[in-house]
Amino acid sequence: MTTSHVTLHGAEKIFVRPGGKDSVHALGPLDLELRKGEFFAVVGPSGCGKSTLLELIAGLSVASSGSVEFEGRPIAGKIPDGVGVVFQEDASFSWLTVRDNIAFGVRRMKLSEAERKARVDRALDLMGLSSFADSYPAQLSGGMRQRVCIARTLVMEPRLILLDEPFGALDQQTRLLMGEELLRLWRHSGATVFLITHALDEAAMLADRIGVMSARPGRLLDIVETGWQRDRDSRIVEDTRFGAITARLWRFLREESLKSMGKAAPAA
Amino acid sequence: MKRATLIRTVLILGIVLLLEILCLTGRIDKLTMQPPHKMALDLFRMLSSGSLNGAIFKTLANAAIALVLALVGGVASAVVLYRLKLLRDTLDPLFAAYYAIPVFAFYPLLIIIFGLGDAPQILMAFMLAVVAVIVNTLNGLDRVPRVLLKTARVNRMGPLETAWKIMLPSAAPYVMTGAKLAVAYALIGIIGAEFIMSRGGMGYEISFAYTNFDNATMYPLILLILAVSIGVNMALAHWEKRLMQRRGQG
Repeated sequence: MTTSHVTLHGAEKIFVRPGGKDSVHALGPLDLELRKGEFFAVVGPSGCGKSTLLELIAGLSVASSGSVEFEGRPIAGKIPDGVGVVFQEDASFSWLTVRDNIAFGVRRMKLSEAERKARVDRALDLMGLSSFADSYPAQLSGGMRQRVCIARTLVMEPRLILLDEPFGALDQQTRLLMGEELLRLWRHSGATVFLITHALDEAAMLADRIGVMSARPGRLLDIVETGWQRDRDSRIVEDTRFGAITARLWRFLREESLKSMGKAAPAA
Repeated sequence: MKRATLIRTVLILGIVLLLEILCLTGRIDKLTMQPPHKMALDLFRMLSSGSLNGAIFKTLANAAIALVLALVGGVASAVVLYRLKLLRDTLDPLFAAYYAIPVFAFYPLLIIIFGLGDAPQILMAFMLAVVAVIVNTLNGLDRVPRVLLKTARVNRMGPLETAWKIMLPSAAPYVMTGAKLAVAYALIGIIGAEFIMSRGGMGYEISFAYTNFDNATMYPLILLILAVSIGVNMALAHWEKRLMQRRGQG
Protein backbone atom coordinates (compact mmCIF):
# COMPACT_ATOMS: atom_id res chain seq x y z
CA MET A 1 0.00 0.00 0.00
CA THR A 2 1.34 3.45 -0.83
CA THR A 3 0.78 6.40 1.49
CA SER A 4 0.89 10.05 0.66
CA HIS A 5 4.04 11.76 1.85
CA VAL A 6 3.67 15.22 0.36
CA THR A 7 0.36 16.72 -0.70
CA LEU A 8 -0.30 19.92 -2.60
CA HIS A 9 -3.89 21.16 -2.95
CA GLY A 10 -4.51 24.08 -5.27
CA ALA A 11 -1.01 25.37 -4.51
CA GLU A 12 -0.35 28.64 -6.26
CA LYS A 13 2.52 31.09 -6.21
CA ILE A 14 2.21 34.69 -7.31
CA PHE A 15 5.24 36.95 -6.97
CA VAL A 16 4.30 40.56 -6.31
CA ARG A 17 6.93 43.07 -7.36
CA PRO A 18 7.97 45.80 -4.88
CA GLY A 19 5.30 48.48 -4.82
CA GLY A 20 2.58 45.88 -5.31
CA LYS A 21 1.66 47.09 -8.80
CA ASP A 22 2.92 44.22 -10.97
CA SER A 23 2.74 40.55 -10.20
CA VAL A 24 4.01 37.36 -11.82
CA HIS A 25 1.85 34.29 -11.67
CA ALA A 26 4.61 31.69 -11.41
CA LEU A 27 2.85 28.50 -10.44
CA GLY A 28 -0.45 26.69 -10.22
CA PRO A 29 -3.03 26.15 -9.06
CA LEU A 30 -1.52 22.71 -8.74
CA ASP A 31 -2.56 19.43 -7.10
CA LEU A 32 0.04 16.75 -6.47
CA GLU A 33 0.59 13.79 -4.18
CA LEU A 34 4.02 12.27 -3.65
CA ARG A 35 3.89 8.69 -2.43
CA LYS A 36 6.08 7.63 0.42
CA GLY A 37 9.35 6.15 -0.84
CA GLU A 38 8.79 6.93 -4.51
CA PHE A 39 11.14 8.65 -6.92
CA PHE A 40 9.22 11.50 -8.53
CA ALA A 41 10.69 13.72 -11.21
CA VAL A 42 9.34 16.95 -12.64
CA VAL A 43 10.12 18.19 -16.13
CA GLY A 44 8.92 21.35 -17.77
CA PRO A 45 9.97 24.24 -19.98
CA SER A 46 12.38 26.86 -18.67
CA GLY A 47 10.78 29.30 -16.28
CA CYS A 48 7.65 27.19 -15.73
CA GLY A 49 8.02 27.27 -11.96
CA LYS A 50 9.77 23.94 -11.28
CA SER A 51 12.13 25.45 -8.73
CA THR A 52 9.27 27.46 -7.23
CA LEU A 53 7.40 24.20 -6.72
CA LEU A 54 10.43 22.70 -4.99
CA GLU A 55 10.80 25.76 -2.77
CA LEU A 56 7.16 25.47 -1.71
CA ILE A 57 7.67 21.84 -0.71
CA ALA A 58 10.97 22.67 1.03
CA GLY A 59 9.34 25.45 3.01
CA LEU A 60 11.72 28.00 1.50
CA SER A 61 8.74 29.84 0.06
CA VAL A 62 5.07 30.20 1.05
CA ALA A 63 2.20 29.39 -1.32
CA SER A 64 0.10 32.42 -2.23
CA SER A 65 -2.96 30.18 -2.00
CA GLY A 66 -3.70 26.51 -1.52
CA SER A 67 -1.91 24.17 0.84
CA VAL A 68 1.31 22.17 0.98
CA GLU A 69 1.59 19.33 3.50
CA PHE A 70 4.43 17.05 4.48
CA GLU A 71 3.51 13.93 6.44
CA GLY A 72 0.08 15.40 7.04
CA ARG A 73 1.35 18.70 8.49
CA PRO A 74 1.13 22.02 6.68
CA ILE A 75 4.49 23.45 5.65
CA ALA A 76 3.50 27.09 5.08
CA GLY A 77 7.01 28.49 4.76
CA LYS A 78 8.51 26.64 7.72
CA ILE A 79 11.29 24.22 6.88
CA PRO A 80 9.98 20.87 8.11
CA ASP A 81 12.15 18.40 9.96
CA GLY A 82 13.20 15.44 7.81
CA VAL A 83 13.60 17.33 4.54
CA GLY A 84 16.91 17.61 2.70
CA VAL A 85 17.55 19.77 -0.33
CA VAL A 86 20.29 19.58 -2.94
CA PHE A 87 20.56 22.63 -5.17
CA GLN A 88 21.84 22.98 -8.71
CA GLU A 89 24.51 25.49 -7.70
CA ASP A 90 27.61 24.43 -5.85
CA ALA A 91 26.58 24.71 -2.20
CA SER A 92 29.71 23.14 -0.72
CA PHE A 93 31.37 25.18 2.00
CA SER A 94 34.71 26.15 0.50
CA TRP A 95 36.32 26.75 3.92
CA LEU A 96 35.61 23.24 5.19
CA THR A 97 37.15 19.92 4.20
CA VAL A 98 34.97 17.31 2.53
CA ARG A 99 34.59 15.50 5.86
CA ASP A 100 33.60 18.69 7.70
CA ASN A 101 31.21 19.63 4.90
CA ILE A 102 29.43 16.30 5.22
CA ALA A 103 29.50 16.47 9.02
CA PHE A 104 28.10 20.02 9.04
CA GLY A 105 24.46 19.05 9.55
CA VAL A 106 24.97 16.05 11.80
CA ARG A 107 27.08 18.13 14.20
CA ARG A 108 23.89 20.04 14.94
CA MET A 109 21.93 16.85 15.65
CA LYS A 110 21.66 15.27 19.06
CA LEU A 111 23.79 12.23 18.29
CA SER A 112 26.72 10.58 20.01
CA GLU A 113 30.14 11.37 18.58
CA ALA A 114 30.50 7.73 17.52
CA GLU A 115 27.18 7.81 15.66
CA ARG A 116 28.12 11.08 13.96
CA LYS A 117 31.44 9.68 12.82
CA ALA A 118 29.83 6.46 11.65
CA ARG A 119 27.26 8.38 9.59
CA VAL A 120 29.89 10.62 8.01
CA ASP A 121 32.18 7.67 7.22
CA ARG A 122 29.23 5.82 5.68
CA ALA A 123 28.29 8.83 3.55
CA LEU A 124 31.91 9.30 2.44
CA ASP A 125 32.05 5.66 1.46
CA LEU A 126 28.66 5.66 -0.30
CA MET A 127 29.60 8.68 -2.38
CA GLY A 128 33.10 7.40 -3.13
CA LEU A 129 34.69 10.34 -1.34
CA SER A 130 36.66 8.49 1.36
CA SER A 131 40.03 9.21 -0.19
CA PHE A 132 39.13 12.92 -0.50
CA ALA A 133 37.89 13.32 3.08
CA ASP A 134 40.62 15.83 3.95
CA SER A 135 40.50 17.72 0.65
CA TYR A 136 38.84 21.09 0.24
CA PRO A 137 36.02 21.51 -2.33
CA ALA A 138 38.26 23.68 -4.52
CA GLN A 139 40.46 20.62 -5.03
CA LEU A 140 37.56 18.58 -6.42
CA SER A 141 35.78 18.46 -9.78
CA GLY A 142 32.27 19.89 -10.18
CA GLY A 143 30.75 16.39 -10.05
CA MET A 144 32.60 15.53 -6.84
CA ARG A 145 31.55 18.80 -5.22
CA GLN A 146 27.95 17.95 -6.04
CA ARG A 147 28.51 14.53 -4.46
CA VAL A 148 29.70 16.31 -1.32
CA CYS A 149 26.44 18.28 -1.27
CA ILE A 150 24.39 15.13 -1.80
CA ALA A 151 26.34 13.36 0.96
CA ARG A 152 25.80 16.34 3.28
CA THR A 153 22.06 15.94 2.72
CA LEU A 154 21.99 12.15 2.94
CA VAL A 155 23.97 12.03 6.16
CA MET A 156 21.04 13.72 7.89
CA GLU A 157 18.91 10.75 6.80
CA PRO A 158 16.02 12.88 5.51
CA ARG A 159 12.69 11.24 4.79
CA LEU A 160 12.16 13.54 1.81
CA ILE A 161 15.00 14.50 -0.52
CA LEU A 162 14.42 17.43 -2.87
CA LEU A 163 16.85 17.83 -5.73
CA ASP A 164 16.82 20.96 -7.88
CA GLU A 165 18.63 20.04 -11.11
CA PRO A 166 21.56 18.66 -9.13
CA PHE A 167 23.40 17.45 -12.22
CA GLY A 168 22.59 20.45 -14.39
CA ALA A 169 26.17 21.65 -14.57
CA LEU A 170 27.69 18.23 -15.28
CA ASP A 171 28.60 16.53 -18.56
CA GLN A 172 26.38 13.75 -19.93
CA GLN A 173 28.55 10.78 -18.87
CA THR A 174 28.99 12.12 -15.34
CA ARG A 175 25.25 12.78 -15.15
CA LEU A 176 24.44 9.19 -16.08
CA LEU A 177 26.83 7.85 -13.47
CA MET A 178 25.62 10.31 -10.84
CA GLY A 179 22.09 9.23 -11.70
CA GLU A 180 23.07 5.63 -10.99
CA GLU A 181 24.53 6.67 -7.67
CA LEU A 182 21.39 8.58 -6.85
CA LEU A 183 19.27 5.51 -7.58
CA ARG A 184 21.49 3.41 -5.34
CA LEU A 185 21.24 5.96 -2.54
CA TRP A 186 17.48 6.21 -2.96
CA ARG A 187 17.13 2.43 -2.62
CA HIS A 188 19.49 2.44 0.33
CA SER A 189 17.80 5.32 2.19
CA GLY A 190 14.18 4.47 1.48
CA ALA A 191 13.45 8.21 1.31
CA THR A 192 10.99 9.87 -1.03
CA VAL A 193 12.88 11.66 -3.78
CA PHE A 194 11.57 14.69 -5.66
CA LEU A 195 13.81 15.62 -8.58
CA ILE A 196 13.56 18.73 -10.73
CA THR A 197 15.30 18.31 -14.05
CA HIS A 198 15.28 19.75 -17.53
CA ALA A 199 16.72 16.52 -18.98
CA LEU A 200 13.98 14.22 -20.21
CA ASP A 201 16.28 11.18 -20.37
CA GLU A 202 17.37 11.77 -16.78
CA ALA A 203 13.76 11.89 -15.62
CA ALA A 204 12.86 8.80 -17.68
CA MET A 205 15.78 6.84 -16.27
CA LEU A 206 15.50 7.80 -12.62
CA ALA A 207 11.85 8.28 -11.75
CA ASP A 208 8.93 6.02 -10.90
CA ARG A 209 6.60 8.82 -11.95
CA ILE A 210 7.27 11.98 -13.94
CA GLY A 211 5.21 15.12 -13.65
CA VAL A 212 5.10 17.19 -16.83
CA MET A 213 4.60 20.89 -16.24
CA SER A 214 3.09 23.48 -18.55
CA ALA A 215 4.67 26.82 -19.45
CA ARG A 216 4.23 29.56 -16.81
CA PRO A 217 2.12 29.56 -14.72
CA GLY A 218 3.26 25.98 -14.17
CA ARG A 219 0.53 23.39 -13.88
CA LEU A 220 0.78 19.64 -14.10
CA LEU A 221 -0.22 18.53 -17.61
CA ASP A 222 0.32 14.84 -17.04
CA ILE A 223 1.94 12.34 -14.75
CA VAL A 224 3.79 9.57 -16.59
CA GLU A 225 4.27 6.24 -14.81
CA THR A 226 7.55 4.67 -15.95
CA GLY A 227 6.88 1.22 -14.54
CA TRP A 228 10.56 0.56 -13.83
CA GLN A 229 11.61 -1.91 -11.17
CA ARG A 230 13.09 -0.40 -8.02
CA ASP A 231 16.39 -2.14 -8.73
CA ARG A 232 17.50 -0.33 -11.89
CA ASP A 233 20.46 1.54 -13.31
CA SER A 234 21.46 3.56 -16.37
CA ARG A 235 21.33 0.46 -18.60
CA ILE A 236 17.54 0.87 -18.83
CA VAL A 237 18.25 3.42 -21.54
CA GLU A 238 18.57 0.37 -23.84
CA ASP A 239 14.99 -0.69 -23.00
CA THR A 240 12.49 0.09 -25.77
CA ARG A 241 10.10 1.54 -23.15
CA PHE A 242 12.74 4.17 -22.31
CA GLY A 243 12.44 5.67 -25.79
CA ALA A 244 8.64 5.55 -25.59
CA ILE A 245 8.62 7.37 -22.23
CA THR A 246 11.05 10.03 -23.43
CA ALA A 247 9.01 10.49 -26.63
CA ARG A 248 5.80 10.88 -24.61
CA LEU A 249 7.43 13.48 -22.38
CA TRP A 250 8.70 15.39 -25.40
CA ARG A 251 5.24 15.33 -27.05
CA PHE A 252 3.92 17.29 -24.08
CA LEU A 253 6.91 19.47 -23.65
CA ARG A 254 7.55 20.55 -27.21
CA GLU A 255 4.44 22.67 -27.38
CA GLU A 256 4.97 24.06 -23.88
CA SER A 257 8.60 24.89 -24.61
CA LEU A 258 7.58 26.76 -27.75
CA LYS A 259 4.98 28.63 -25.70
CA SER A 260 7.58 29.61 -23.13
CA MET A 261 9.77 30.91 -25.98
CA GLY A 262 6.82 32.97 -27.22
CA LYS A 263 6.29 30.87 -30.36
CA ALA A 264 3.17 29.02 -31.46
CA ALA A 265 3.48 25.31 -32.22
CA PRO A 266 3.31 24.70 -35.98
CA ALA A 267 0.47 22.50 -37.17
CA ALA A 268 1.40 18.82 -37.45
CA MET B 1 61.15 32.79 -4.08
CA LYS B 2 58.54 34.30 -6.40
CA ARG B 3 59.70 36.87 -8.93
CA ALA B 4 57.57 39.63 -7.41
CA THR B 5 58.98 38.87 -3.94
CA LEU B 6 62.50 38.92 -5.32
CA ILE B 7 61.96 42.28 -7.05
CA ARG B 8 60.37 43.70 -3.87
CA THR B 9 63.31 42.51 -1.73
CA VAL B 10 65.83 43.93 -4.17
CA LEU B 11 63.93 47.24 -4.26
CA ILE B 12 63.84 47.58 -0.47
CA LEU B 13 67.48 46.59 -0.12
CA GLY B 14 68.33 49.08 -2.88
CA ILE B 15 66.59 51.93 -1.03
CA VAL B 16 68.30 50.99 2.25
CA LEU B 17 71.65 50.83 0.47
CA LEU B 18 71.06 54.21 -1.19
CA LEU B 19 70.18 55.79 2.17
CA GLU B 20 73.27 54.18 3.70
CA ILE B 21 75.49 55.64 0.97
CA LEU B 22 73.87 59.08 1.13
CA CYS B 23 74.26 59.20 4.93
CA LEU B 24 77.83 57.84 5.03
CA THR B 25 79.02 60.19 2.27
CA GLY B 26 77.46 63.15 4.08
CA ARG B 27 74.92 63.92 1.34
CA ILE B 28 72.37 63.63 4.11
CA ASP B 29 73.75 65.26 7.25
CA LYS B 30 73.79 63.49 10.61
CA LEU B 31 71.29 65.92 12.13
CA THR B 32 68.74 64.99 9.49
CA MET B 33 69.11 61.22 9.35
CA GLN B 34 71.25 58.38 10.64
CA PRO B 35 72.55 55.72 8.31
CA PRO B 36 70.24 52.65 8.38
CA HIS B 37 72.89 50.40 9.98
CA LYS B 38 73.13 52.84 12.90
CA MET B 39 69.33 52.87 13.26
CA ALA B 40 69.37 49.07 13.49
CA LEU B 41 72.20 49.11 16.04
CA ASP B 42 70.46 51.76 18.15
CA LEU B 43 67.24 49.79 18.01
CA PHE B 44 69.07 46.68 19.18
CA ARG B 45 70.66 48.64 22.04
CA MET B 46 67.33 50.22 22.96
CA LEU B 47 65.55 46.87 23.08
CA SER B 48 68.45 45.22 24.97
CA SER B 49 68.61 47.96 27.60
CA GLY B 50 64.83 47.99 27.97
CA SER B 51 64.91 51.78 28.32
CA LEU B 52 61.82 52.25 26.17
CA ASN B 53 60.10 48.93 26.78
CA GLY B 54 57.36 50.64 28.76
CA ALA B 55 56.58 53.04 25.93
CA ILE B 56 56.74 50.29 23.31
CA PHE B 57 54.48 48.03 25.35
CA LYS B 58 51.97 50.83 25.99
CA THR B 59 51.67 51.65 22.29
CA LEU B 60 51.46 48.07 21.07
CA ALA B 61 49.01 47.06 23.82
CA ASN B 62 46.74 50.03 23.08
CA ALA B 63 46.93 49.35 19.33
CA ALA B 64 46.07 45.71 19.99
CA ILE B 65 43.07 46.69 22.16
CA ALA B 66 41.85 49.12 19.50
CA LEU B 67 42.35 46.49 16.80
CA VAL B 68 40.41 43.81 18.70
CA LEU B 69 37.60 46.29 19.44
CA ALA B 70 37.52 47.34 15.79
CA LEU B 71 37.46 43.74 14.56
CA VAL B 72 34.76 42.56 16.95
CA GLY B 73 32.71 45.76 16.70
CA GLY B 74 33.23 46.10 12.97
CA VAL B 75 32.27 42.53 12.10
CA ALA B 76 29.24 42.59 14.44
CA SER B 77 28.12 45.97 13.04
CA ALA B 78 28.50 44.71 9.47
CA VAL B 79 26.33 41.66 10.22
CA VAL B 80 23.64 43.90 11.75
CA LEU B 81 23.83 46.39 8.87
CA TYR B 82 23.58 43.55 6.35
CA ARG B 83 20.29 42.53 7.95
CA LEU B 84 18.90 46.07 8.35
CA LYS B 85 18.69 47.44 4.84
CA LEU B 86 17.27 50.85 5.78
CA LEU B 87 20.03 51.48 8.32
CA ARG B 88 22.62 50.38 5.80
CA ASP B 89 21.21 52.61 3.07
CA THR B 90 21.35 55.48 5.56
CA LEU B 91 24.94 54.86 6.64
CA ASP B 92 26.53 53.71 3.38
CA PRO B 93 27.21 57.24 2.02
CA LEU B 94 28.69 58.21 5.38
CA PHE B 95 31.08 55.24 5.27
CA ALA B 96 32.14 56.28 1.77
CA ALA B 97 32.99 59.78 3.01
CA TYR B 98 34.35 58.69 6.39
CA TYR B 99 38.04 58.79 5.63
CA ALA B 100 37.70 62.32 4.31
CA ILE B 101 36.99 63.38 7.90
CA PRO B 102 40.13 64.37 9.84
CA VAL B 103 39.39 62.15 12.85
CA PHE B 104 42.37 63.57 14.77
CA ALA B 105 40.56 66.90 14.93
CA PHE B 106 38.26 65.28 17.49
CA TYR B 107 41.15 64.21 19.71
CA PRO B 108 41.07 67.33 21.96
CA LEU B 109 37.36 66.75 22.45
CA LEU B 110 37.99 63.13 23.43
CA ILE B 111 40.64 64.26 25.91
CA ILE B 112 38.14 66.64 27.50
CA ILE B 113 35.63 63.80 27.79
CA PHE B 114 37.95 60.91 28.74
CA GLY B 115 41.01 62.67 30.19
CA LEU B 116 44.66 62.23 29.28
CA GLY B 117 44.78 58.47 29.84
CA ASP B 118 44.80 55.69 27.25
CA ALA B 119 41.05 55.76 26.55
CA PRO B 120 40.97 58.67 24.05
CA GLN B 121 43.94 57.19 22.17
CA ILE B 122 42.30 53.77 21.95
CA LEU B 123 39.04 55.40 20.90
CA MET B 124 40.84 57.42 18.22
CA ALA B 125 42.48 54.26 16.82
CA PHE B 126 39.20 52.37 17.05
CA MET B 127 37.40 55.14 15.13
CA LEU B 128 39.99 54.94 12.38
CA ALA B 129 40.05 51.14 12.14
CA VAL B 130 36.44 50.13 12.62
CA VAL B 131 35.03 51.56 9.39
CA ALA B 132 37.58 49.67 7.28
CA VAL B 133 36.41 46.45 8.95
CA ILE B 134 32.72 47.31 8.50
CA VAL B 135 33.05 48.26 4.83
CA ASN B 136 35.14 45.22 3.89
CA THR B 137 33.00 42.79 5.89
CA LEU B 138 29.84 44.16 4.25
CA ASN B 139 31.52 43.74 0.90
CA GLY B 140 32.19 40.10 1.74
CA LEU B 141 28.69 39.49 3.10
CA ASP B 142 27.19 40.85 -0.12
CA ARG B 143 29.13 38.18 -2.00
CA VAL B 144 27.95 35.19 0.03
CA PRO B 145 26.31 32.92 -2.58
CA ARG B 146 22.52 32.84 -2.16
CA VAL B 147 22.60 29.06 -2.33
CA LEU B 148 24.59 28.99 0.93
CA LEU B 149 21.93 31.09 2.63
CA LYS B 150 19.27 28.70 1.31
CA THR B 151 21.33 25.80 2.66
CA ALA B 152 21.38 27.50 6.06
CA ARG B 153 17.60 27.82 5.96
CA VAL B 154 17.18 24.19 4.96
CA ASN B 155 19.35 23.30 7.94
CA ARG B 156 16.95 25.39 10.04
CA MET B 157 19.68 27.70 11.26
CA GLY B 158 18.77 30.97 12.97
CA PRO B 159 20.19 34.37 11.91
CA LEU B 160 23.05 34.29 14.44
CA GLU B 161 24.10 30.74 13.62
CA THR B 162 23.86 31.52 9.90
CA ALA B 163 26.06 34.58 10.36
CA TRP B 164 28.61 32.72 12.48
CA LYS B 165 28.80 29.42 10.60
CA ILE B 166 28.01 30.37 7.01
CA MET B 167 28.18 34.06 6.21
CA LEU B 168 31.34 35.09 8.05
CA PRO B 169 33.42 32.06 6.99
CA SER B 170 32.28 32.65 3.42
CA ALA B 171 33.19 36.34 3.70
CA ALA B 172 36.47 35.62 5.53
CA PRO B 173 38.84 36.79 2.75
CA TYR B 174 37.11 40.19 2.76
CA VAL B 175 37.12 40.35 6.56
CA MET B 176 40.84 39.63 6.34
CA THR B 177 41.35 42.58 3.98
CA GLY B 178 39.53 44.74 6.53
CA ALA B 179 41.72 43.34 9.30
CA LYS B 180 44.91 44.19 7.40
CA LEU B 181 43.75 47.77 6.95
CA ALA B 182 42.63 47.90 10.58
CA VAL B 183 46.13 46.95 11.77
CA ALA B 184 47.58 49.93 9.95
CA TYR B 185 44.79 52.27 11.09
CA ALA B 186 45.05 51.13 14.71
CA LEU B 187 48.79 51.84 14.77
CA ILE B 188 48.31 55.20 13.03
CA GLY B 189 45.54 56.11 15.48
CA ILE B 190 47.51 55.27 18.62
CA ILE B 191 50.85 56.71 17.51
CA GLY B 192 49.21 59.80 16.01
CA ALA B 193 47.29 60.46 19.21
CA GLU B 194 50.41 59.93 21.33
CA PHE B 195 52.24 62.28 19.02
CA ILE B 196 49.69 65.07 19.49
CA MET B 197 49.12 64.87 23.23
CA SER B 198 50.15 62.10 25.56
CA ARG B 199 52.32 61.26 28.54
CA GLY B 200 53.90 58.13 27.11
CA GLY B 201 54.08 55.65 24.27
CA MET B 202 56.16 55.38 21.13
CA GLY B 203 54.44 58.36 19.49
CA TYR B 204 55.22 60.52 22.49
CA GLU B 205 58.85 59.30 22.56
CA ILE B 206 59.27 59.99 18.83
CA SER B 207 57.79 63.46 19.27
CA PHE B 208 60.02 64.13 22.30
CA ALA B 209 63.12 62.86 20.49
CA TYR B 210 62.25 64.94 17.42
CA THR B 211 62.00 68.19 19.38
CA ASN B 212 65.31 67.38 21.09
CA PHE B 213 67.20 66.35 17.92
CA ASP B 214 67.62 62.89 19.45
CA ASN B 215 67.97 60.88 16.23
CA ALA B 216 69.37 57.90 18.14
CA THR B 217 65.90 57.42 19.68
CA MET B 218 63.62 58.76 16.97
CA TYR B 219 64.80 56.67 14.00
CA PRO B 220 65.03 53.31 15.80
CA LEU B 221 61.47 53.84 17.06
CA ILE B 222 60.26 54.64 13.54
CA LEU B 223 62.07 51.52 12.35
CA LEU B 224 60.38 49.47 15.04
CA ILE B 225 56.93 50.79 14.08
CA LEU B 226 57.65 49.90 10.47
CA ALA B 227 58.83 46.43 11.44
CA VAL B 228 55.77 45.74 13.62
CA SER B 229 53.34 47.03 11.02
CA ILE B 230 54.95 45.11 8.17
CA GLY B 231 55.38 41.99 10.32
CA VAL B 232 51.71 41.86 11.39
CA ASN B 233 50.57 42.64 7.87
CA MET B 234 52.77 39.90 6.41
CA ALA B 235 51.42 37.38 8.94
CA LEU B 236 47.85 38.33 8.02
CA ALA B 237 48.69 38.22 4.31
CA HIS B 238 50.14 34.73 4.77
CA TRP B 239 46.96 33.63 6.55
CA GLU B 240 44.85 35.25 3.84
CA LYS B 241 46.85 33.44 1.17
CA ARG B 242 46.20 30.10 2.88
CA LEU B 243 42.49 30.92 3.07
CA MET B 244 42.40 31.77 -0.61
CA GLN B 245 44.38 28.68 -1.60
CA ARG B 246 41.90 26.45 0.23
CA ARG B 247 39.16 28.08 -1.79
CA GLY B 248 41.05 27.58 -5.03
CA GLN B 249 41.60 31.31 -5.43
CA GLY B 250 45.23 31.54 -4.39
